[in-house]
Amino acid sequence: MTQYIIRRLLGMVPLIIGISFIVYALLNLVPGSPADNIERSPTMRPEDFERIQANLGLNEPWYFRYFAWLGNAVQGDFGNSYINFAPVDFLLRSALPNTLVLAITSLVMALLISVPIGVFCAVNRNSVFDRVVNVIATAFSSIPTVWLGLMMIILFAVKFQEWGLPSLPTSGVRNLREPDNILDRLEHLILPSVALALLSLADWTRYIRSQMLEVVRLDYVRTAQAKGLRDRSVLMGHAFRNAMLPLVTLIGLTIPGIFGGALIIENVFGYPGVGQLTVESLRASDYSVAMACVMMLAVLTVVGNLIADILYGVMDPRVRYD
Amino acid sequence: MSTQDTTRPIAKGAEPLAGAPENLPEGKVQPAKVGDRSTLLSTPGYYKRAWRSLRRDRVAMSSLVLSVLLVIFSFGAPVISALTGNDYATGDLTNFLTPWFTTLEHPLGTDPNGRDVLVRLAYGGRVSMTVALVALAVALLVGLTMGAVAGFYGGLIDSVIMRFVDVLISIPSIAVLLLISVWIRPGPVGLAVIIALLGWTGLARLIRGEVLSLRSRDYVDAARVSGASNRTIITRHIFPNVISLVIVWASLALPGLIITEATLSYLGFGVRIPTPSWGNMLQEAYQFITLSWTYAFLPGLFIFLAALSFNLLGIGLRDALDPRLNN
Repeated sequence: MTQYIIRRLLGMVPLIIGISFIVYALLNLVPGSPADNIERSPTMRPEDFERIQANLGLNEPWYFRYFAWLGNAVQGDFGNSYINFAPVDFLLRSALPNTLVLAITSLVMALLISVPIGVFCAVNRNSVFDRVVNVIATAFSSIPTVWLGLMMIILFAVKFQEWGLPSLPTSGVRNLREPDNILDRLEHLILPSVALALLSLADWTRYIRSQMLEVVRLDYVRTAQAKGLRDRSVLMGHAFRNAMLPLVTLIGLTIPGIFGGALIIENVFGYPGVGQLTVESLRASDYSVAMACVMMLAVLTVVGNLIADILYGVMDPRVRYD
Repeated sequence: MSTQDTTRPIAKGAEPLAGAPENLPEGKVQPAKVGDRSTLLSTPGYYKRAWRSLRRDRVAMSSLVLSVLLVIFSFGAPVISALTGNDYATGDLTNFLTPWFTTLEHPLGTDPNGRDVLVRLAYGGRVSMTVALVALAVALLVGLTMGAVAGFYGGLIDSVIMRFVDVLISIPSIAVLLLISVWIRPGPVGLAVIIALLGWTGLARLIRGEVLSLRSRDYVDAARVSGASNRTIITRHIFPNVISLVIVWASLALPGLIITEATLSYLGFGVRIPTPSWGNMLQEAYQFITLSWTYAFLPGLFIFLAALSFNLLGIGLRDALDPRLNN
């Protein structure tokens, strides 16, 4: 087991370096440059522009800069933003907690709703409830994220205000006048996290239903029924616990999906998280920030896969690593 | 099959089989002989049976109708433009955000530039559908080839392709999509290719697995023993067996491609104005969200309907085409 984890961790290193090389190459082959805006300025003298580029290190070929970047990144230094010169790790550190709060809240919400529904659907297979849930799930997986966000803004902010009902804030994480008001923060969290939860709800429900259906057919469930246990204890003690096993691993696997969804939701709701930072830095050709954001997502994805594989073995003794 | 076939023996001049009734009087129903092709030919083929079961599936049929209607609406955009007398590019600025269902001239209202929303929806649909369909075609081409090659040849080729797929899946696709779109500033077709180049991995894995299992079937061995080339085996014995899988995958992938295009265009990395697409119409609507909710509602509704109908059609096709799931 320890050996397996060590081997996997070692295998991650070339993968992550490979991804970083590809992403860095893509970013730097982009025709735009962080220095574009000042170059276009009519008061800029060519020699000043040269000097600024040299100061930013932009006059060197990108592959030299890649190795410099890699050397610094390994030591935890991701450089400064090319646009506002703030250290990248400061920008990330202020954005990441917001994204984590959003992602975890929505994940918990999605699971709290989808687990009971999924289990109920599996137990009452092909009932009216099951069919209705199936139709709704298909409909939900066809909703474009962006549109769902816009419709929620229109209903809960614009229309509620018109109708004189209490409306919800649609942007930011807090009211700027109230730095430490937890209720205010929660209020700002409602719309984005509900939107994000609604988007993954359908997949979770379907997944849990099919897991339950698979487990219910197994021998040990039939044995439990045959020896006369109450339905409830068969369901909860024997079927449910085993059906939830792969769920833990799936959470690891859905990390990229959650962050990808958060990226869109954050941009719709003006939520200052990593997703918004990513899109803004890409728009401004802010290499260092964009690089750090994309790499963080990639590392999270790879680590998520690893955690999923390890947890699977911890929870299911039948799985053997070799 | 034509009626002539039903009475023709399997080989001309063949000896009557023992026990076969001979010289039956005219007008009586002739029982099927052993070796008579009629019994074999009267069983409908695989696709005919699939089509029949699809015809019975009311949800699948209505989603088929809906998706055909949406395709006609989108690709008939010039006709709609001619019929209503409105153009997608020109508008009267005094007609700022007319609400829907108020004038006959602009049945679905106008956008902030005074352009007709109905016509723009049709043209936007044409762009969005084109992007999704081209992306689908490219993804099919790449995914099928890669998956089939990896599964059929195995060994080193297989591991190289599959490791590449693993890396591609590990990179968060939305970030890479944004990155490449900044780089290329693509037109609709370029955008489709970019979306496709990140979207083929799932199909490749699926096809590889299927080909891997088909490769070791008896009939493939038999074909190889009788001297068939790899090319013949792939095109005659393997390919026909993965077609249904591919059809189902394509139909279920299309909604995701439409939504991806919309998302990228919404974030400003996809189809760029003035070319309308359902995604960048949403982006435009966002800025005027307090003034008109219908303008934000309509493009999204069309994306939703398109995605939903292709999704339901895909589920119907899966049920009809996959006998393993029919019980």
